[in-house]
Amino acid sequence: MSAAGLDVGAERLDAPPRTGRRLQWWHWLVIALAGLFVLSVLEAVTGANDIVSSGAIAAAFGLAVPIALAGLGGLWSERAGVVNIGLEGMMILGTWGAAFAAVHWGAWAGIIGGIVGGLIGGLIHAIATVTFGVDHIVSGVALNIIGLGVAKYLSARFFANLPGGGPTQSPSLPDLPRLTIGGLSDGLKSVEDDNIFFVSQIAAVLRALCTDLSVLTLLAVVLFVATWWVLWRTAFGLRLRSCGESPVAAESLGVNVIRYKFLAVLMSGALAGLGGAFLSLVAAGIYRDGQTGGRGYIGLAAMIFGNWRPGGLLAGSTLFGYTDAIQLRAGTQTVHAFLLFVAVVLVAVGLWQVIRNHRLVQGIGAIIMGALVAVWYFTTDAVAGELTSTMPYVTTLLVLVFASQRLRMPAADGQVYRKGEGH
Amino acid sequence: MTAFEPRRLLLSVAAPLLALLVAFLVTSLVLSAVGDPVMDVWKTLLAKPRPRQLVQMINAASVLYISAIAVAIGFRMNLFNIGVDGQYRVAAFAGALFAGQAWLPGFLNVLLTLVVAMVAGGLWAGIAAYLKVKRGVSEVISTIMLNAIATGVVQWMLLKVADRREGSNAIGTKRIPESSQLEGFQLIPGAQNRVYTLILLSVLVGLLYWFIINKTRFGFDLRATGQSETAAVASGVKVPRMVMTAMIASGAVAGLIGMPLLFGQDHNYGTTFQAGLGFAGIGIALLGRNHPVGIAIASLLWAFLDQQSNALQINAGVAAELVNIIQGVILFAVVIAYELIRRADLRLEQQKVARELAAQRPAPTTEGASA
Repeated sequence: MSAAGLDVGAERLDAPPRTGRRLQWWHWLVIALAGLFVLSVLEAVTGANDIVSSGAIAAAFGLAVPIALAGLGGLWSERAGVVNIGLEGMMILGTWGAAFAAVHWGAWAGIIGGIVGGLIGGLIHAIATVTFGVDHIVSGVALNIIGLGVAKYLSARFFANLPGGGPTQSPSLPDLPRLTIGGLSDGLKSVEDDNIFFVSQIAAVLRALCTDLSVLTLLAVVLFVATWWVLWRTAFGLRLRSCGESPVAAESLGVNVIRYKFLAVLMSGALAGLGGAFLSLVAAGIYRDGQTGGRGYIGLAAMIFGNWRPGGLLAGSTLFGYTDAIQLRAGTQTVHAFLLFVAVVLVAVGLWQVIRNHRLVQGIGAIIMGALVAVWYFTTDAVAGELTSTMPYVTTLLVLVFASQRLRMPAADGQVYRKGEGH
Repeated sequence: MTAFEPRRLLLSVAAPLLALLVAFLVTSLVLSAVGDPVMDVWKTLLAKPRPRQLVQMINAASVLYISAIAVAIGFRMNLFNIGVDGQYRVAAFAGALFAGQAWLPGFLNVLLTLVVAMVAGGLWAGIAAYLKVKRGVSEVISTIMLNAIATGVVQWMLLKVADRREGSNAIGTKRIPESSQLEGFQLIPGAQNRVYTLILLSVLVGLLYWFIINKTRFGFDLRATGQSETAAVASGVKVPRMVMTAMIASGAVAGLIGMPLLFGQDHNYGTTFQAGLGFAGIGIALLGRNHPVGIAIASLLWAFLDQQSNALQINAGVAAELVNIIQGVILFAVVIAYELIRRADLRLEQQKVARELAAQRPAPTTEGASA
């Protein structure tokens, strides 16, 4: 078996023709603004007013950070060619490590504790996959089993007899400092409250960005920029990525592939552990069994969605965080409003297929689907809570359906490398 | 496969034993590092199970076995069906719903329910297969998403069809009729409880798996695709079609996981139905190296550890989740041991060939040329 998976020959599109330059930073800004505009229209049309409130956006960022950190961990290891499905286990170790350190030595030590917890997971994965050449998925699955077991076992052992703690949860943890840019936040709040179309929504997003930010969120932002810079702008990063693209070629140029891969997986563990620390220290303020809730897997999905690049990963985690936030807040109404959006998009896609691509069957299919969703929207007032809880996953899946043919993973991702075996 | 060689056989038995030893040592180290009573833990875990526990162990193993086979079907062709967990819950719900209607009498109801569950599991897996073949979505990611979606969808439908009984918070589907409940076999002397009747289903699944994988054209194509995709394509295997078939087959088998539980124990699908069987199946399939007999041994070991861990809290004051650590370490140790043995085997083979070549040609003329 190899973790590289099967290439089933689903027609892969070549990279979009590069006319001139790649996407610049301002392209992303325009795309983000366009998305925001669509959401503003949706908010105005449906009257569901929690679609773009600063509360929803802030919640979205809070939910996106741990996913983004896990995804960033995945990015490091997969760029060096090691598939990391063990992110979930590393994250779990991070939640426990952060809680243990925070209980005994304070909140700042908690950050270190989370990193150390994740690092231990990364070390196990690195020894298994890089040193011993075990299949990456196998090692990841085993790591997830161990991570879950270790955290539950240790929390029963160390938290049960603490005041306020129990066998499945820690005492409440000390807080990390939070930052608010006072004047700016208040000014933006008044703009948001004025309810001017689109302007208020922009204000809401900006307000969420400068209000009540955890230091861990800021650290995550720094780590994103640092990762991009290290991996794409330094010789070290070039070598590390070459290990994921063609380890044999890298070896022939004198790169110590084993060492780079090992380092990358360790880094991956540390970042996933930090994501776990965010969950227990910042998001919940307490360690609980099963706290990660599969966020390690979601981080992996966000990274794939982001085409193994930091910018795309950020977009993927924000999307997931946002859909999760709105379903957690006024889920049943807000998700109901999104039905209208989905209906419009489906009809538009259908018309496009019929008129431009002359694909009658697909086009009419999409239009019928859109009509059905529209009927659903107009005949009901809310979506059942059980269904809204699946919204982040459905969204991720749908986005992958439309995007995945344009994705390209590192060429040697998931392949077991052994020194001196290239011919 | 090469001819029977005693060295190979010895090595493949040595690996699991070595892994168990490593797991024993690592767990003991963890226990003593944390300050828990090492001896008490092992005394509890390795105690002789009572007849009642033995029955529970066999029952648990029979369910885990189906789960691991479902995973193994995909693994054999390099397809990672992480979604067995979602597939079996969707299928168990569909099966329980169907069986509860009692449209057919007695045993016919059971048989048709099995078919319904297989179809439901296959369809749910079919989504992931379709997305992989048509849209190139990695099955690892799509099945993980589908697991989460299955949780929401099943919960929602359960609330729609729930059969609420007085004085209970648990909700579930309508109970299956008495005539379709299977009371089980009295296999273990001295035990009050019975072994699931549908353990026969596990045996059947195992036999069919062995036959199809090893003795049919389809199985050959499946293994060929798993071992070398390019070679398989060159010999005329249509990989997309294989992906569809294998994934749906895997999902259909996954659909059977809940059936022994449904007919032998729970008699309906509700919020208390056993969860997480799919993930255990992944570990067991890896431990058993996708081999029908290996998986049987692995699922018995898994069930043994699960069952024995119940007493850990009472007898040794240690959380039962310790057993997850042991299972994980065994898994790591086994795969590492097999890898090391594979390398050693390869080296011995190379040396043997080199010796034979050297004997044929005493004076090598081309030195340093590489293939």
